[in-house]
Amino acid sequence: MTMLRAQVAAEVRMTLERGETLLVTIGIPAFLLVFFSLVKVLPTGTSHPVDFLAPGVLGLAVMSTALVSLGIATGFERSFGVLKRLGATPLGRPRLLAAKIVAVLAVEIVQVLVLAAIAVGLGWRPHPAAGLAVVAELLATIAFAGLGLAMAGSLRAEINLALANALYIVLLLIGGIVFPLAKLGGFAAFARVLPAAALSDALHPTLGQGAAPGAEAWIVLAIWAVVTPLVAALTFRWE
Amino acid sequence: MPAIEVQDLRVAFGDRVAVDGVSFDVQPGEVVALLGPNGAGKTTTVETLEGYRSPTSGSVRVLGLDPVRGHGRLVKDLGVVLQRGGVYPVMSPARVLRLFASYYERPRSPDELLGLLALEDVASTPFKRLSGGEQQRLALALALVGRPRVCFLDEPTAGVDPAGRIAVRDVIDACRHDGVAILLTSHELDEVERLAERVVIIDHGKVLAAGPPDEVGGGEEEIRFRVDGPLDTAALGAALNAAVAEEAPSSYRVGAPPSPGLVAELTAWLATHDLVLADLRIGRERLEDVFLRLVKTEADS
Repeated sequence: MTMLRAQVAAEVRMTLERGETLLVTIGIPAFLLVFFSLVKVLPTGTSHPVDFLAPGVLGLAVMSTALVSLGIATGFERSFGVLKRLGATPLGRPRLLAAKIVAVLAVEIVQVLVLAAIAVGLGWRPHPAAGLAVVAELLATIAFAGLGLAMAGSLRAEINLALANALYIVLLLIGGIVFPLAKLGGFAAFARVLPAAALSDALHPTLGQGAAPGAEAWIVLAIWAVVTPLVAALTFRWE
Repeated sequence: MPAIEVQDLRVAFGDRVAVDGVSFDVQPGEVVALLGPNGAGKTTTVETLEGYRSPTSGSVRVLGLDPVRGHGRLVKDLGVVLQRGGVYPVMSPARVLRLFASYYERPRSPDELLGLLALEDVASTPFKRLSGGEQQRLALALALVGRPRVCFLDEPTAGVDPAGRIAVRDVIDACRHDGVAILLTSHELDEVERLAERVVIIDHGKVLAAGPPDEVGGGEEEIRFRVDGPLDTAALGAALNAAVAEEAPSSYRVGAPPSPGLVAELTAWLATHDLVLADLRIGRERLEDVFLRLVKTEADS
């Protein structure tokens, strides 16, 4: 237990001390939230864009930590031999993985608190009965973390870095985060089978009206949450 | 019971045989050095003992356990220095030592280890900004923080400066006295002569020779000397009544049992021929010479 606690603390501290990670996990989501709430250029279909942006940005927060930050850091730890070295300590791989998951959740809590506070400052009023949003965020965390680890465990660290950042941009654009899925035209059908769009599809009704999301969003999220950790477990190479 | 036991180990990666029938052991309190050129199979052998890969055939035992199946029970008694890396680049020596200390039940004090390995001045410098020698000394400190009974040290003195080397040597000596079994690999043969009780020289996955560093080459104690400039070995041999051979450029060996008289005759002969003696030593072949001879012979055959 002592070692798990120490490892979680170390993982959280390293995440929060990495400038480029903070930029992706808090800086960019906060900037998007503030900028597009005040500069009303997006086709959000409302005179109050923060109502559309806040749920999407809270989804982006999960993606940035579970996919981008976790994936890139793990890829570099693998290439630096850190994972290999830790394999020869009593910490062991299951506890290392557990520490990483707890650290991701801890960072996500910080993100949600910061971003939700900014959104509320901009006039956002989330629906109080938004419990399903937490479930969606957790499912998405599993799906994105699985994807990030699957990439980190099989690609070279530099390629993994580039790909994770590229995915961040693409999923930001077609994930229903800044542009409503309805405005995506031909991209929408493709976007809807990806976890980012499914997450924002789940977050918009729950946080907006306290309504249950459609079945499609849950099914897509659940499939990704089963498949990506499985692929990661089967393909991960520790060195 | 030996702490480390390797019997007829064979490790193949597809068609490529990296280790081909290696056997040796290491007793508690003993330092054994695994020597060989790059690609000889040293790291593969060590990684098999660390449990990172399984033998293709043969057997390895660490503290009586199979390193792969017994991994969970072994890790608390294991100290490892990887060939490079293994540490979070952003973490300072003090931080990573405290983190590693938390993995063990009865760890050594991080501050004490920082002192022993002369890392106090860089205790809060991130790993990535340490010199190669400092990184290697930190890796050794991390290997020792859990009070291991068995240590695998892959090139623990690589890039370490002379003062750091003394610190490393003292720390390894102290572990030996505490009964730790240590298997190390190194390319610095003079360092190995000082550190290791026994050496195992391997190349192309096979053991070429094994034994104490000063005996591993076999042969007898002989007079060895160096003279810069041309030397008529036949004439000197006739004068000494012994064969004189040039072992390496300007380095010679007198093929007769050494005695004070023989040394006096040698120096007298050199004096009459106005030849300056650059080095004079009585003993067996140096480890470095044995190593180069064996590895070269292997490459030639």
